[in-house]
Amino acid sequence: MGKLRLVPLWITYVFLYLPILVVVWMSFNAGRSPYVFEGFSLRWYGELAANDRLTEGLVNTLIVAAGTTVLSTVLGTLLAVGLARYTRSKLLDAVALMPAVLPDLVIAIGLLMVYSLVQFTLGLWSVIIAHSVFAMAFVTAVVRTRLSHADASLEEASRDLGAGAFRTFVRITLPQLAPGIVAGALLAFTLSIDEFAIAFFTAGNTQQTLPIVIYSMLKVGVKPEVNALATALLLVSFTAVIAGQRLTKLGESRAHD
Amino acid sequence: MRSRPRFWAASAFLGPGLLYLLAFLLIPLALIFGFTVFKRGRFGGIVYEYTAENFARLFDPLYLGVVVDSLKLAGITTLLALLLGYPTAYAIARLPHKWRTIALVAVVLPFLTSFIIRMYALIILMSGPGLINSALGTELELLYHEGAIVTGLLYCYLPLMVLPLYTAIERLDPQLREASGNLGANAFTTFRRVTFPLTLPGVLTGCMFVFVPSFGNFAVPEILGGSKSLMVGNLVQTAFLKERDYPFGSTLALALIAVLLVLLLIQAKVARRG
Repeated sequence: MGKLRLVPLWITYVFLYLPILVVVWMSFNAGRSPYVFEGFSLRWYGELAANDRLTEGLVNTLIVAAGTTVLSTVLGTLLAVGLARYTRSKLLDAVALMPAVLPDLVIAIGLLMVYSLVQFTLGLWSVIIAHSVFAMAFVTAVVRTRLSHADASLEEASRDLGAGAFRTFVRITLPQLAPGIVAGALLAFTLSIDEFAIAFFTAGNTQQTLPIVIYSMLKVGVKPEVNALATALLLVSFTAVIAGQRLTKLGESRAHD
Repeated sequence: MRSRPRFWAASAFLGPGLLYLLAFLLIPLALIFGFTVFKRGRFGGIVYEYTAENFARLFDPLYLGVVVDSLKLAGITTLLALLLGYPTAYAIARLPHKWRTIALVAVVLPFLTSFIIRMYALIILMSGPGLINSALGTELELLYHEGAIVTGLLYCYLPLMVLPLYTAIERLDPQLREASGNLGANAFTTFRRVTFPLTLPGVLTGCMFVFVPSFGNFAVPEILGGSKSLMVGNLVQTAFLKERDYPFGSTLALALIAVLLVLLLIQAKVARRG
């Protein structure tokens, strides 16, 4: 009975990891087929660098992710501090978290309508603005968690000693929040890099992000370079996730010291 | 006299974020609500004349059928996720302590990787000449039908089922199971009468976590479903990107939100009673 219990766990692991492992494995294929392995080679990693559509998509994605990270981290951090220290409104709390709960489709079409009403040209900026809406909710949540561990009496002491709100924020609050802010920024970056649905609606036709480029390639047939790209992206995602977790843990253990 | 600077500080912290949310979240939502009562212009714009036509169209059997299909596909996905997720979470919760976190992170990790890459991986695996068919020596049509959509949704959201279930099961007092056994119940009865009812809140949360994103999905059916299979999300997508019919697209989106809200309310009610 004891070993039998592990069977569903292994089924889950095979189900979740088999597709990913096949892609990683096929990325080292010497042949052109995405299905038959014909010997080891790094050929497709080289071809990847030469594929203009994919590299352009990658550059666009990195620009969007960087923009989203900066915008959502600044706004989200300020909002988290504001919500924790300057208001008790449950309504504002709910509004701040709403983008994380709403279906991405709803965020996407709502913004598409705003863009078309004010005749905002779709491009990288429209995606950055859209991604920041939901990324900000996650940054706010992460920083607030961190803030609830931070010692508010230090801030009070700073204010009592005559420092203004701004100075207290920069000198006392911000250093305490640093690990949470970095974790939130990493989260925003990872979410933006992988985001498909909202970018699909708000990117327009000229400057597409990588997931959209891959999607349109999928429609016309599988290219072996995509295996190499997928492997590289998986590596980036896994690293970011593990780094984020480490940072959060580091932050927590310091907060408890 | 401290209230004045406090007001400015509060505005400085709260202002930028809230203005951003007003402009890019609340106003868009208001537009979705508002546009449902207007007419569509001939070339895709909006004519500001009131009409109930959009809501009437919603009950056209053609669209209603898609809503029912979406409920069905999301329901099947949720059921399968529960059937696989429950024993998985149970197995993790009964692992030795040091293995639990690793086992759990291993379940969640794929969820945190690129969505499109995961879809791509499924296509490589399931396509005509793909690994499954070549390993089995078969020529099964695994892609581009409703079964493929369910597989894709399950692949995406299974981790969201396992997480809350694990939390619920891990919290269970093992003595309850022992007591049930000592009183003569067999393993199945113990599960049915003790373990499962006590983990019901986790079951409900997990089901919501899987059902909600599945029901509102457009990307998975778009990529894995082929041209025939449709879900509500695809109708919204077509209305917005192909037909430029913003009023009807908004009405569909509103219907989608309404269904999800009703489900959330039911869940909250059941959870409170439990």
